[in-house]
Amino acid sequence: MKAPTFKYLRAESMDDVYAAFAEYGDEAVILAGGQSLMPMLNMRLAQPAVLVDINPIYELSGIVLSNQKLHVGAMTRHVEVANAELVAETLPLIGCAIKQVAHRGIRNRGTFGGSLAHADPAAEMPACAVALDATLILQSHGGARRVKATDFFLGVMSTDRRSDEILTSIELPTQGSNHAWAFHELSRRHGDFALVGVAATAQRRSEGLDGLRLVVFGCEARPRISEVVASRTLVPQDVAEFAAAVVKDLDPMSDLEGDAEIKLIQAHALVERSLNDLLAAQPYD
Amino acid sequence: MTEMLSIKLIVNGIVVNKLVDPRQHLTDFLRSDLGLTGSHIGCEHGVCGACSVRVNGRVVRGCLMLASQSDGAEIETIEGLVESGDLNELMTEFVARNALQCGFCTPGILLTAAEIVAEDRCFSRQEIRNELSGNICRCTGYQAIIDAIEMVLIENMKKK
Amino acid sequence: MTEPEKIIGVSFPRPDALRLAAGRGTFTDDIVLPRMVHMALVRSPYAHALIKSIDTTDANKAEGVVRVVTGHDLVEICSPFIAEIEFLPNMISPRQYALALEEVAWQGEGVCAVLAESRALAEDAAELVKVEWEELPAVVDPVAALTVGTPIVHRDLKTNLAMTMPIEEGNTKLAFAEAEVVVEHAFEFGRQAGVALESRSVVADFEPTGRQLIVYQSHQTPYQMQDVYARHLGLPEHHVRVIAKDVGGAFGIKLHAYPDEMTAVAASVLLGRPVKYIVDRQESFSSDIHSREMTASGRLAVSGQGIILGVEVDILSAIGAYSIYPRTSVGDGIQAVQFTGAPYRLPAFKGRVRIVYQNKTPCGAYRAVGQPIGCSIIEQLIDIAAAKLNIDPAEIRRRNNLNSDDMPLKAAGGLEFVNVSLNECLTELLAKMNYESLRRDQKEAQQRGVYRGIGLATFVEQTAVGAGLYGPAGVRVSAQEGCALRLDPTGLVRCSTSATDQGQGTLTGIQQVIAETLGVGFDDITVKAGDGGSTPYGGGSWASRGLAIGGEAARLAAIDLRGKILSAAAAIIQGSSENLTLVSGKIFDGAKFKMDLSELSEIVHFRQNTLPPDVDFEMNVIRHFVPREFPYFIANGIQASYLEVDIGTGGIKLLEHWVAEDCGTIVNPMLVDEQLRGGIVQGLGAALYEHCIYNEAGQLLTASLADYAVPLASEMPDIHVIHIENKASGTGLGAKGAGEAGTLGAPATIWCGVNDALRPLGAQVWKQPFTPAHVLQALHSRGSLHKVGEMFKN
Repeated sequence: MKAPTFKYLRAESMDDVYAAFAEYGDEAVILAGGQSLMPMLNMRLAQPAVLVDINPIYELSGIVLSNQKLHVGAMTRHVEVANAELVAETLPLIGCAIKQVAHRGIRNRGTFGGSLAHADPAAEMPACAVALDATLILQSHGGARRVKATDFFLGVMSTDRRSDEILTSIELPTQGSNHAWAFHELSRRHGDFALVGVAATAQRRSEGLDGLRLVVFGCEARPRISEVVASRTLVPQDVAEFAAAVVKDLDPMSDLEGDAEIKLIQAHALVERSLNDLLAAQPYD
Repeated sequence: MTEMLSIKLIVNGIVVNKLVDPRQHLTDFLRSDLGLTGSHIGCEHGVCGACSVRVNGRVVRGCLMLASQSDGAEIETIEGLVESGDLNELMTEFVARNALQCGFCTPGILLTAAEIVAEDRCFSRQEIRNELSGNICRCTGYQAIIDAIEMVLIENMKKK
Repeated sequence: MTEPEKIIGVSFPRPDALRLAAGRGTFTDDIVLPRMVHMALVRSPYAHALIKSIDTTDANKAEGVVRVVTGHDLVEICSPFIAEIEFLPNMISPRQYALALEEVAWQGEGVCAVLAESRALAEDAAELVKVEWEELPAVVDPVAALTVGTPIVHRDLKTNLAMTMPIEEGNTKLAFAEAEVVVEHAFEFGRQAGVALESRSVVADFEPTGRQLIVYQSHQTPYQMQDVYARHLGLPEHHVRVIAKDVGGAFGIKLHAYPDEMTAVAASVLLGRPVKYIVDRQESFSSDIHSREMTASGRLAVSGQGIILGVEVDILSAIGAYSIYPRTSVGDGIQAVQFTGAPYRLPAFKGRVRIVYQNKTPCGAYRAVGQPIGCSIIEQLIDIAAAKLNIDPAEIRRRNNLNSDDMPLKAAGGLEFVNVSLNECLTELLAKMNYESLRRDQKEAQQRGVYRGIGLATFVEQTAVGAGLYGPAGVRVSAQEGCALRLDPTGLVRCSTSATDQGQGTLTGIQQVIAETLGVGFDDITVKAGDGGSTPYGGGSWASRGLAIGGEAARLAAIDLRGKILSAAAAIIQGSSENLTLVSGKIFDGAKFKMDLSELSEIVHFRQNTLPPDVDFEMNVIRHFVPREFPYFIANGIQASYLEVDIGTGGIKLLEHWVAEDCGTIVNPMLVDEQLRGGIVQGLGAALYEHCIYNEAGQLLTASLADYAVPLASEMPDIHVIHIENKASGTGLGAKGAGEAGTLGAPATIWCGVNDALRPLGAQVWKQPFTPAHVLQALHSRGSLHKVGEMFKN
């Protein structure tokens, strides 16, 4: 199980990346953390002609807070996101969910941007990015483009990124004491991709919650906001009805771990738990 | 014909200059080019953790990184960490309670365990289990491994 | 101090553990030889196909390629093999080649080998081999494999039915007619892989001028492989030496003669160069033996007091494309039937197993061979009966357990028992787990809508199989174990044993047996194993035999060497050997110290001239042992699990696990505990995750460690171990095996526990593994797959 031959380019700067795109076009594939790409190379499921290694581009890493937004560099490793106090304080949803991302050795190398660009529908970070209304910054030789997470994910491992673009950073609006969040995931084992998961945020009102951004992931081809409940106010007595509505709106894919009908049952349980969590959560400082 | 790349890195404290096939993963390089056979190849798709090595201070899967990417890096393998004595407490506990059987996964597990221990905070038993979830052991059933790590954590707390 | 030192029964750490922990093991892939080439295989992408042609032109011209080899090249030097059993004359088995010639019968069967300067280059060239295929219909479903008009896996066999074995004892018809309660259940067991973390590996080194073959192989039994290579490659046996250095887990996977490893060895003969072949993880999933793919129907007849009156079981066992060489693949199904109900008094028993070929990876012996199936069937049936009669699951087991009054016993399935301690194990287990209080906790949780279950699984374990199995079968596998001891001039002892160790600690146990029996310190002995050319001939490691048989051989050798030492000592001190003892390396006459063993050793090695001519100075012994009085030793025990089922998602959380086990004399308690724990976790993997899933075309969909889930540290419970020590009859040591007990009982424990949790909801699982999807399927009663159909039909 050895990778096929390819040309390896070490990009020290964004210009190196653009130059590689210009020279090799679609044949150039970006190597970020490599935690998804490397297995595919070793198994020869991916046979790119050129690998452009962006690990040496230091400016793609880091977490900065400004204007009530957390700016996360695409090459920021999962471990750095998980350990960042800024993330724990301002985006507790991510602080919680990132612990479910694979395992220590993978989180030490895998990157936040890589996880989004890879767009596995059962992955945690894309779902969180959608729930948190993140904006992704894509850069090409021609300049930058801003894409909402809700528009970025198109299907199974398919995104709005063009082949001459590179995801450079992610902007996440921070959450304060008026926000509630919930995260539930069913996986076979700790660190596995989700069989079904829920990432949700909402705003507290004097009575109930509104602005509900609830994403059921690991179920459909891409993470998306459940629109059927997005504009309604959630109060405790409506949890069952909300859960039923969210699940009715799902169109799950069958996989080895269960058919669509099973996924709906599981999603229902997790959605209901998430809604209860949102309602129960105490405002935090 | 294969075009080779020149890399220069530090492995277990020693400067190494080598030509590598760009597609060769780090563990293959360490094993076949440097004779560091203590890191094992269990799956080559990043699941089992037997190939774990320390790169710039963090434990990663050696099979999910190219040797060519290690240019300029500082690599530590089980061989280096054993020689430096960094793993002494863990190894003693592992042997004392038979926290290894065939030993194929053990170097990788020790590296992960050392990283957990080095975090210098409290871990519940379940947390240790979760932190170790990226290293497959097919022989032991894990309990003795968890016991060994827990024991080292407790001993370290006592020392403070 | 003349009291013998207590060494047997003490938890010595393994002397080789530190070496392995430090990464200083020598696994087969660590071996590099001069002029060594690497092999990659072209494997069939189809489950069933004809090979129309193979074009190796481009591959031959590729960078680094030394040779490309097809089946037709190999058949010249490597004869085909057929795995059969002499006492099963009706069993049919296809001929198998190292590389397929005209037809492939599973996705992953090898058709062409590329030998190149590196594995990567060999894989590059393998992609250039052009094979023209004609796809044939695949036989995938075991039931469909027996329907009229089905495609046939091997057309020359004319049927997919490898064999049928019926067993009948007593009158089940009457038993079922008279029973107050009859319960039934249908079962499905998912196909499993063994997943040794070190994949199968071989480095073959053929030296053409002297026609000497050395094979380094990650294997459990080098002796068997020497025989296989010698016969199939036409070499004299003493020119073949198979060496197993450190082996990274085996579990039965590394017990067989695989065509791909045969290919690598034959390629070395063909090239006259060393060949390394490492089965990569993907290949491992499609080419290591699988096991346990079975469906079964079971019925149980009990009296109003819950006393078993009769058992009926009908099993269909699917073994893939070939019967694996040389031990065959029928043991799984046969043992599944034999062990259904084995721990209990069974007045009447009717069983049948049918074994079918299909276009999937061949199956073979994996840890606990068939026994987990039989255990799961009876334990589930007995729980259902208990529930119906409102008898506690622990109590119904106590009422039916075999006990010493029943001994000796030749049981319905043909098993022979000498002693058991099932009720002692049950009593100890219930006390340790605080059974009553758990039952209260379970009830209290249920009131909160939390569904917890307690699963119990009684088991008997066939260990340390003697010559009675493979001997009559005509399978060339030795059931004896041997031990050679040599006293060195400094009074230290070298042991060389045929028992092999893949991490179980067998060699440590043998070292303890020798130390205590001989009268030297534990550290005064080194043990060497794994070299088929220079160790005493034997079986190696299979069927939990290391201490029970290998340990007994070591004990006999130590007694003999001790006798020789004391005779020589008597001559030296001019006394009688009768009163002499050897304790901790010192020779005493009664209580009186006479000489150090080191002093004697120096005399017998360097100064023989000082000894009278009739004194035996040869301080070497070799002894073998094979059980002849009994065919095997039956170990026994019971496991328990406490678990919680999430009825919303179908997830199962394991809370705690217990085992009470009797493996006879315990040489090293710590190592036995760890065998049990490791075995249990493998069984928990079977219960919760492990499943080789194929699609309708016979394509394996779970050929990676991401898709085939094995247990991780995160979900496994703490496991409490209790020992009952009931010596085996027939050996001085009294040890029985312990290596498979965990794997044997754990799936049944979970099966019973999950259904105990679901019983208030009127649901029960029937299909292993118990994935969240299956638990929900059971809860929402979808499908009627678990209905028992007519048994013993067709």
